[in-house]
Amino acid sequence: MTTSTVTAPVSAETPGKTAAPDPDRARLRRRIAQWGFVAPAVVFMLLFFGYPLVRNVVMSFQHYTPKTFFTGEAPFNGTDNWSAVFQDALFGKALWHTLVFTAGSLLGQFCIGLALAVFFNRRFPLGGVLRSLILLPWLVPMVVSGIVWRRILDQDTGVLNTFLDALGLGGHTPWLTSPDMALLSVILVNIWIGIPFNMVILYGGLQEIPKELYEAASLDGASAWRTFRSVTLPMLKPVITVVLVLGFMSTVKILDLILALTDGGPADATQTLGTLTYQNSFVELDFGAGAVVGNVLIIVSAVFAVFYLRANRTEGK
Amino acid sequence: MTAHPPVAAPRTRGRSRRAVTSFAAVSVLISSAALAGCAQQRDDDVYTVMNSSTDETYHRWDAEAMARCGKRLGVTVEQQSVPASQVMTKALRMASSKSLPDIVQFDASEMPTFAEAGGLVDLRTLGLGTEDVPEGIVDFGSYEGTYYGAARSVNTLALFYNKDILDEAGVKVPTTWEELRQAAKKLTRGKRYGLALSAGGAEDGVFQFTPFMWSNGGDETDLDSPEVVEALDYWKALLQDGSLSKSTVNWTQADVNDQFMAGNAAMMINGPWQVETLNTKKSLHWEIAQIPVPERGADSVGPLGGAVLTVPDTGDTEREKTAGRIVACLASEEEQLTYALNSWMVPANEKTAAEWRERVPELDALADQVAAARSRTAKLGAGWSGVSLALQSAFQSALTGQSSEAALKRAQQRATSGN
Repeated sequence: MTTSTVTAPVSAETPGKTAAPDPDRARLRRRIAQWGFVAPAVVFMLLFFGYPLVRNVVMSFQHYTPKTFFTGEAPFNGTDNWSAVFQDALFGKALWHTLVFTAGSLLGQFCIGLALAVFFNRRFPLGGVLRSLILLPWLVPMVVSGIVWRRILDQDTGVLNTFLDALGLGGHTPWLTSPDMALLSVILVNIWIGIPFNMVILYGGLQEIPKELYEAASLDGASAWRTFRSVTLPMLKPVITVVLVLGFMSTVKILDLILALTDGGPADATQTLGTLTYQNSFVELDFGAGAVVGNVLIIVSAVFAVFYLRANRTEGK
Repeated sequence: MTAHPPVAAPRTRGRSRRAVTSFAAVSVLISSAALAGCAQQRDDDVYTVMNSSTDETYHRWDAEAMARCGKRLGVTVEQQSVPASQVMTKALRMASSKSLPDIVQFDASEMPTFAEAGGLVDLRTLGLGTEDVPEGIVDFGSYEGTYYGAARSVNTLALFYNKDILDEAGVKVPTTWEELRQAAKKLTRGKRYGLALSAGGAEDGVFQFTPFMWSNGGDETDLDSPEVVEALDYWKALLQDGSLSKSTVNWTQADVNDQFMAGNAAMMINGPWQVETLNTKKSLHWEIAQIPVPERGADSVGPLGGAVLTVPDTGDTEREKTAGRIVACLASEEEQLTYALNSWMVPANEKTAAEWRERVPELDALADQVAAARSRTAKLGAGWSGVSLALQSAFQSALTGQSSEAALKRAQQRATSGN
């Protein structure tokens, strides 16, 4: 670690003492210098991303148990872990829940975030104050939000049901206690958490759109909706891609919120790939199976990343 | 994904070769000093105990006990507390980096996993006797016949009831399932439920289901037996009567206690670790009784809970011997009584338990329940966690609409398939 980062810049400088104007050597020097600057990042990535990734893939083909921590021995067992996980009915469920959770959360967060961003884009009294107040959910730690929401959504004594009851809207909704409702409730809470992030980034994007375009549109007599569709959205596209990609990455691996809200229950109705890998690795201590689920999560993200990169490339042209 | 690479050495950026050399020399010196430090980290007279006493009160009680024992044995005993759910994973990580503490306090249901991996030392070889310890408690700290864990205190579940509410409604303390069902129905009024219990999707819920399963003759090795189905149907009946809140499936045992304290439940199933919190509300008059049984005269079999002190295998026999002496001191009669009186748990030792009964007569029923209680891992050992997960999913499915039989059949399949 130390040597690779240190030697590169130095060896780029020392040949300078010979002072012979050799174009090849000069190019080589530049090359080395370039690599020297890149090296810290490469080493960092290899150490903190590459190593755990490779380790996780290898682990998914090993019989990795508590005993391994003592003996260091984890015999390879082929695809045993993979077939065990895929045959587990819970895996299919968790995969489906993860997809629904991610799609639902992103849709909700994005639409509401965009609406709020457009709303705050016009100047009005107290607009700045309100905008910063909306950031609050973002500042609260996920686990804290989870625990508070668990109380709010309690079927009998929760604030939400009491409120609905007072309005005469029933008020006996089994938010977290019915397997049919729990996933929806968890998505709603996650939307609440994600709105500020979406709003802030989209608001920043809106500020970048030149005012002249709107003036031109209004001169052409475009309606508000037409202006939004033909000016705002296309100009905002790069920002939208960034928001959705970042949103996807933080949503697909969801764990803390669900653990705090439902612990994956009731009756596994809110198990996602994140909670399943946690359960396999840290409750059942079957690290091989946990690694398999973790790898599936990586593959899902990788597939998405490919789409993203491709979309970006066409954008660049 | 669980691997944690060591923290990188400080990154240096040299200006000249000489600087680099001196940097390299310095870093070699620093790292070798650090390594040497690692090797000698175990100070001869300092012993560490890892436990889950993260609550201020428990941490203080433990610290006091360790200070007394340390003084007696002429060593310093340090306490390192991590959240209960992290004790096992932390201990495993420490095992792989050869930095295990001298004593680890495991939850008794987790100890077999660590013992099976070969991480614990037989306490008998360290000179700990088991003459005064009841057989059930020895089994509680044993895995496959070897005594690995000394318990200071044990706990179990009991029926807590609000005396004022029961008196007002003229309801006698229930002793059978039928009586419990009728009492709960009668005590349910307005926003108040007759009974509160935890059927949450974690070990809490399973812990609470076991007294119903076991008292009815059911067994964790045969989840789809008629006895277990009947026990689950009984829970379902309580829910259908409206005597249990629908939120039961989302409650931990601490939530159940909150509901009871707030007057939202007339009775609850819970353990002695809640007593300290319960006593903070002076207007609440609670008492406890044994958990009702299916038929009059049947034994009320509850789950035996609690932690055991273990000595991990560090390879240093001298230190292990001293660690054994510390465990013996912490689990001695005197310390057991002090700890039990503080924490409201039942002392593990028979003689001490008798003395404790005299001092805390209000928890008499709990001591009886402990005497008949059963350990969760006695039959399954390290296999308990898989069965526990399957069972959680089963009773949650059943309580939210499925038939108990189908849910338990699936649980049994899941438990035996090794997933």
